[in-house]
Amino acid sequence: MRILIHIIIYLVLIPSKSFGLIEVDITRGNLDPLPIAVSPLSIDENSRQNFEKILKKRNIGEEISKIIEINLKTSGLFNPLNKDAFLQAPDIANLKPRFEDWNLIKAQALITGKVSYIDEKLRVEFRLWDVLAGKEMVALAFTTVPTNWRRVGHIITDKIYQRLTGEKGYFDTRIIYVAEEGPKTKRIKKLAIMDQDGANNKFLTLGNELVLTPRFNPTSQMVTYLSYFRNLPRVYLLDIETGTQEVVGDFPGMTFAPRFSPDGKKIIMSFAKDGNSEIYTMDLENRIVEKITNHPSIDTSPSFSPDGKFICFNSDRSGYQQIYVMKSDGSNVKRISFGKGLYGTPVWSPRGDLIAFTKLHKGKFYIGVMRVDGSGERLLTENFYQEAPSWSPNGRVLIFYRETKTDAKGEGFSAKLWSIDLTGYNERMVKTPTDASDPSWSSLLSN
Amino acid sequence: MKLNKILRNTLLIVFACFALSACATSKKTSGQMQGDVYTGTDTVEYLASGVPDRVFFATNESVLTTASRETLRKQAAYLRKNSKITIVLEGHADERGTREYNLALGERRANAAKDYLMTYGISSNRISVLSYGKERPVDSGSNPLAWSKNRRSVTVKAN
Repeated sequence: MRILIHIIIYLVLIPSKSFGLIEVDITRGNLDPLPIAVSPLSIDENSRQNFEKILKKRNIGEEISKIIEINLKTSGLFNPLNKDAFLQAPDIANLKPRFEDWNLIKAQALITGKVSYIDEKLRVEFRLWDVLAGKEMVALAFTTVPTNWRRVGHIITDKIYQRLTGEKGYFDTRIIYVAEEGPKTKRIKKLAIMDQDGANNKFLTLGNELVLTPRFNPTSQMVTYLSYFRNLPRVYLLDIETGTQEVVGDFPGMTFAPRFSPDGKKIIMSFAKDGNSEIYTMDLENRIVEKITNHPSIDTSPSFSPDGKFICFNSDRSGYQQIYVMKSDGSNVKRISFGKGLYGTPVWSPRGDLIAFTKLHKGKFYIGVMRVDGSGERLLTENFYQEAPSWSPNGRVLIFYRETKTDAKGEGFSAKLWSIDLTGYNERMVKTPTDASDPSWSSLLSN
Repeated sequence: MKLNKILRNTLLIVFACFALSACATSKKTSGQMQGDVYTGTDTVEYLASGVPDRVFFATNESVLTTASRETLRKQAAYLRKNSKITIVLEGHADERGTREYNLALGERRANAAKDYLMTYGISSNRISVLSYGKERPVDSGSNPLAWSKNRRSVTVKAN
């Protein structure tokens, strides 16, 4: 699997100076998404035929536009307008939009572009226009191998998102998760990976042994997860490019709840022995293992702050599951969750300012966020069962899993991935071919 | 008139209390749970005649109940008589907790059983411990009774 594709940005038209151009505010719930027109990327007949032969898609320009449109819509910040209303044909719009026509259908932003087949490569050129100001905001061109067409759509969406919101996007990313099948009492679980929009789903294990909680390395294509290989639950390291895997460390008992440090050089996890779970780190270069916590209670679900200086974790040292923060050497342990109920699965935001968590209160499960000192707790969603939030790389969206209640006969169980905006708006189910749990969001594949 | 109303409300409250307590009592006398610890035998298997293979726990707890200790003493007696048998203690949790915490909780429960067996003369090198967290429920129901059956430590022969 080739991950880092060569996307050559060889034409960069200078973006217009930004004075009074449109901007999307993403800090509050967006109930009024920005109307945007995604004009299908135009394509000449010769290129169209070539791509049809290679990719089995009748019109690759339209397909890429569709990806952009779905991405923008899924973000909840944009409202892609119906193409039937477009007055200007894609080929002309790409050269010089008639802004009055786009204004008439209430588009505030417009995306145009062109796809061509050059030297067996796919070349995509796109422009983002501010309709009201009548100005070009971004213009870029990419050249890559034709099979990377979906990623081009995601990268273009990232550029648009970044230009309009001022923050990096999260569309050229992947999700690793656990695919589930079979009855609840004999569930078969496999590692699976897919693009952020659900495309290119692939299973990474066969389901012969139970696997849980995969997490991406923020800096490479490595994954750490828990496998019950030979009935010994241990933390493993998997290279998803080569498929090679190895046990992490040499522990005389169960290791679990793994996560990478932000620089990708350490794995932090729990090791359980004699009824006591403690947090350890292992350096992946020199293999040095360090014990971080030292307490007879359960200490688990550790997660580093993005600067690597602190760790948040889950402990029942107060009698019940609560969230704690400590320095990365294990000193200065401080409880930060004080609301009603139990708290679990703390995850530090990639922006550093928030910790996402799962909360159980009066028989309901919540996904929420709080500041790193425990103040400002906000519950985003309530359900019968849901847990394990994972942040999008820009810290704007959380993905988690939700399970349904079974009926009196014990039937009707399902597990699905869901995502929600940090503001609590835009809750959506993320489609997967099978039932799914334990999602982990990758970093941006291209920057 | 006013007094009447007050009386009626009081009566209603009394009735409500009665209805509630009746309900609570009937739950307890169903013979399946004490508090929220499972006391039934539906899911129990036997290591040998009269030696149940599992013990049950209260929500979030790893403390052994009186009944659990009795079961484990029977297991210890059986294991002392059959000194070649080695065992795995499989610790489990119900579905009402986060996955990672439940893995730790299952391990803690299995170790509570292990410690007890050791005090009754079973050597620790005959016992290994395996936590499944909430991954292997015996009852797929989403109700308190099903959850009580799933909070367990099961003694499994390893050879």
